[in-house]
Amino acid sequence: MPAVSKGDGMRGLAVFISDIRNCKSKEAEIKRINKELANIRSKFKGDKALDGYSKKKYVCKLLFIFLLGHDIDFGHMEAVNLLSSNKYTEKQIGYLFISVLVNSNSELIRLINNAIKNDLSSRNPTFMCLALHCIANVGSREMAEAFASEIPRILVAGDTMDSVKQSAALCLLRLYKTSPDLVLMGEWTSRVVHLLNDQHMGVVTAAISLITCLSQKNPDEFKTCVSLAVSRLSRIVSSASTDLQDYTYYFVPAPWLSCKLLRLLQCYPPPEDGAVKGRLVECLETILNKAQEPPKSKKVQHSNAKNAILFEAISLIIHYDSEPNLLVRACNQLGQFLQHRETNLRYLALESMCTLASSEFSHEAVKTHIETVINALKTERDVSVRQRAADLLYAMCDRSNAKQIVAEMLSYLETADYSIREEMVLKVAILAEKYAVDYSWYVDTILNLIRIAGDYVSEEVWYRVIQIVINRDDVQGYAAKTVFEALQAPACHENMVKVGGYILGEFGNLIAGDPRSSPLVQFNLLHSKFHLCSVPTRALLLSAYIKFINLFPETKATIQEVLRCDSQIRNSDVELQQRAVEYLKLSSIASTDVLATVLEEMPPFPERESSILAKLKKKKGPGAVSVPDLEDGKREGGELNGGGERGPDSAAMSASNASTPSPSADLLGMRSAAPMSAAPTSAGSLLVDVFSEAGPAAPSAAVNDDGFLRDLEPPTETSGLSSELQTPVDSPFNASSRRFVCKNNGVLFENQLLQIGIKSEYRQNLGRMYLFYGNKTSVQFASFTTTVSCPGELQSHILSILRATKPVEPVVEGGAQIQQVLNIECLTDFSEAPLLNIKFRYGGALQNLSLKLPVTINKFFQPTEMTSHDFFQRWKQLSQPQQEAQKIFKANHSMDTEVLKAKLLGLGTALLDDVDPNPENYVCAGVIQTKGQQVGCLLRLEPNGQAQMYRLTLRCSKDSVSLRLCELLAQQF
Amino acid sequence: MIRFMLMVNRQGQTRLSRYYQPVELSRRAQLEADVVRCCLSRRKDQCSFVDYKDFKLVYRQYAALYVVVGVTDNENELSVYELLHNFVEVLDKYFSRIMFNLDRVHIILDEMIQNGHVVETNKSRVLAPLTALDKMADG
Repeated sequence: MPAVSKGDGMRGLAVFISDIRNCKSKEAEIKRINKELANIRSKFKGDKALDGYSKKKYVCKLLFIFLLGHDIDFGHMEAVNLLSSNKYTEKQIGYLFISVLVNSNSELIRLINNAIKNDLSSRNPTFMCLALHCIANVGSREMAEAFASEIPRILVAGDTMDSVKQSAALCLLRLYKTSPDLVLMGEWTSRVVHLLNDQHMGVVTAAISLITCLSQKNPDEFKTCVSLAVSRLSRIVSSASTDLQDYTYYFVPAPWLSCKLLRLLQCYPPPEDGAVKGRLVECLETILNKAQEPPKSKKVQHSNAKNAILFEAISLIIHYDSEPNLLVRACNQLGQFLQHRETNLRYLALESMCTLASSEFSHEAVKTHIETVINALKTERDVSVRQRAADLLYAMCDRSNAKQIVAEMLSYLETADYSIREEMVLKVAILAEKYAVDYSWYVDTILNLIRIAGDYVSEEVWYRVIQIVINRDDVQGYAAKTVFEALQAPACHENMVKVGGYILGEFGNLIAGDPRSSPLVQFNLLHSKFHLCSVPTRALLLSAYIKFINLFPETKATIQEVLRCDSQIRNSDVELQQRAVEYLKLSSIASTDVLATVLEEMPPFPERESSILAKLKKKKGPGAVSVPDLEDGKREGGELNGGGERGPDSAAMSASNASTPSPSADLLGMRSAAPMSAAPTSAGSLLVDVFSEAGPAAPSAAVNDDGFLRDLEPPTETSGLSSELQTPVDSPFNASSRRFVCKNNGVLFENQLLQIGIKSEYRQNLGRMYLFYGNKTSVQFASFTTTVSCPGELQSHILSILRATKPVEPVVEGGAQIQQVLNIECLTDFSEAPLLNIKFRYGGALQNLSLKLPVTINKFFQPTEMTSHDFFQRWKQLSQPQQEAQKIFKANHSMDTEVLKAKLLGLGTALLDDVDPNPENYVCAGVIQTKGQQVGCLLRLEPNGQAQMYRLTLRCSKDSVSLRLCELLAQQF
Repeated sequence: MIRFMLMVNRQGQTRLSRYYQPVELSRRAQLEADVVRCCLSRRKDQCSFVDYKDFKLVYRQYAALYVVVGVTDNENELSVYELLHNFVEVLDKYFSRIMFNLDRVHIILDEMIQNGHVVETNKSRVLAPLTALDKMADG
């Protein structure tokens, strides 16, 4: 039984706790707790008034029960009563209970506020501290309203006790974080900053947290804190360990305060004032020097405290990135730690060195530690340390050591922990590409990667190797030869088969001269793997076969036979069956010329940022610093750079316009899936999803220079609108959501920090929207949350099943992108747009953003084709005045026919030719699909080129829809 | 800043928990169990800092007792690591051996960490209110 050693111990509580601890089973524990809860309840309800001591005891028991993970739904009132007690322990338990258990229950908050007010004015420092503490812990809006103006006064008043100042500082910090609008610092600013000079170290320790937060938000107003912080730091650093007796921890003077001061300085650039800067550099040097001095104590606490300061100082040096001398010293110091026997130090040194590697001053110095780091990767016993070693190798890699590092990482991969393999694979792939001098090395590396860790090679990686091989004709022959050899291994990974199939299908002819790799040998080799592969791979192989027929006419008979066999042509998988049928037909009816055109070698892909890099950024921000070499390659010439969907002849297209949604069609959804499965050149069809929209989007690639979202640019059907993208991207939100009426993909929002891209697809009354949040900075966004709300009655009109997958991850690393999926269902017609609210912290500052999501009623259009006769008949049927909506307006955009057509198609309706007697006019028809009903809509747009005016008329079977569509569309032309 | 502090024993029972950012009760139990599992599975020679979801855990082991804190990325790991030791030393100084006395431990913790930030590191000042209290009781 735990003895109660001091003070007025509560015997009942001790007995209870010991009972709980002695419980043999979970059930027994719950039973004991329920018994106690019943007992406390009856005591609280009983007629007999409880004295303060009993109340305290029972409230304390409740706290303990809460700690064990049980919800507590009573006792709040008793806790509030304790607040007015004059006994410290009773008051303290009352406050503790409230701090831990009270949420913003307004009824109670008023009572609590009252008690706090009394305690704050009591002039009793311990009571004041308790009250301040409670405000800081609860931090509710009501409390902020009641006390936000009072607390700064307490904080800076000359006669406030030190301990009260400490609590006041942190209390104010909390209120500033929760209700910044209520905390007006203006007049207090300078006095708060001067708390850095307070003679009491505890006050400085507490105040500095507040000042750091305020400085992050208003750096200019708090600029004066820099010189004060430097002088404070200098006094601590230069003092002997005995000077600051009370705040010395194992012979280290004020370690926590020193760390906080150094951290505060990291909110600012290097001081401009020469004297201040000189003093600071002196401090940093002293800290570095002390690391070399013999320890004053053998205790590990001594060296930990000393090193905590050292690491913080190094962070500051890296942050300034302007003192080569200090940077190199820092690097040498970390180098020593790399071989320290303390795992903690090795871990921190690796982590810290990773950031040093990106500084131009210390990059070379970091490189000298390569052997040690490689050794750490091989021998460290803790996976998190090995992970840091891998990060560091990645960061220190450059042209001079790439081969060595890549080789080491590859060999480590063979034994690497499963948890970090995927990331390692991405890193190897990126380094191999970034520093490839000769591309045969690159091809070897990637194939090795697939061989060693095939399961962890994500699609991006093998897509990329194909992209590069296609774009570089100097490596194509070598690649063909290498994959051919690799495929000869008895067991090779499916990813290898994919790469092999693709490359041989394109460049098999380059090695066909050698009888050992004659066309038939190549084909047989590929086909021997066929049956072991999954559907997507088989589909890819079928495409490779049809390419073979073109490359090597002599294989035609063999391949046709394969295609013709039942297992292909009657395959239960619709994609495979379709391919087999189409390819077989194509090979038998098309002339050699047609075949040669259709199955032409893939045109080069547009140069773009490696999707692998995007993936790594997504996985992990800081390690993946920018890769300038890759971005140099940006060029515009997009015309020829068709992805899979560009190639097909119209003849081939019409051979099958069945838009069977292929199982391999991925996120890009139905629209691009249709041409994909139909396109005979679809040797690349499985690749379309990475190289998606390459052709049409390429011309607009220049519009948006930020690499990673470039994939998101408008797809085929809206390419006519790409001029619209040139409107300033950070135009007002409404304008930006207006841009999406006639298109589904693009950049929704962009400012210096964040870019939000959208891809969406709609079918009938359902829609799916992919939101891509890209962090444009190099700093992570913390507490990243997004909420979608439907204002007003929209809730009942549109049902967005939010976050079908999962909420977004709370942290977006610098340079990374995260994705969110929204499922949308249209219940009935609607006119408002759902709101997307995004909150995150950037460098401590809370960012809050509200955008309208571009979900408009026209997204649920199904086009309807009809003849002129039908059209006018229906037009007449919709003759009630409310069913029609008309608007005459001035043209805001180009009146070019093609542009107009593209917009009308983008709207989702069918554009009917030869309907309107006047060929200048445009006529469209469609049905809006909602859950409950279908709304037929007819549209007529009459441009008047001379007057630059339009007349727009809509007739719909539902009045509200006519009106809404009319409003929406009038802004589009 | 510090997000939470836990004291947990080897059996996974929570001895003390204090959250500086609101966490729902149902998720607390989950989080605590998860954190304990994470720390228990680590050997002595592994490092005391573990990446956990979007924050870091810093932990220390004292015999069968683990003291674990979750910190955001911008904390100095070593200083938090030593803060834990400082806390334990204060407990040690006040109680003759580590034992459970809920209200007092909370008083001590509150004197040292408020809102996830360090307020006081000086042992005698941390204990000042309790010492005063005990004097009153004795007297």
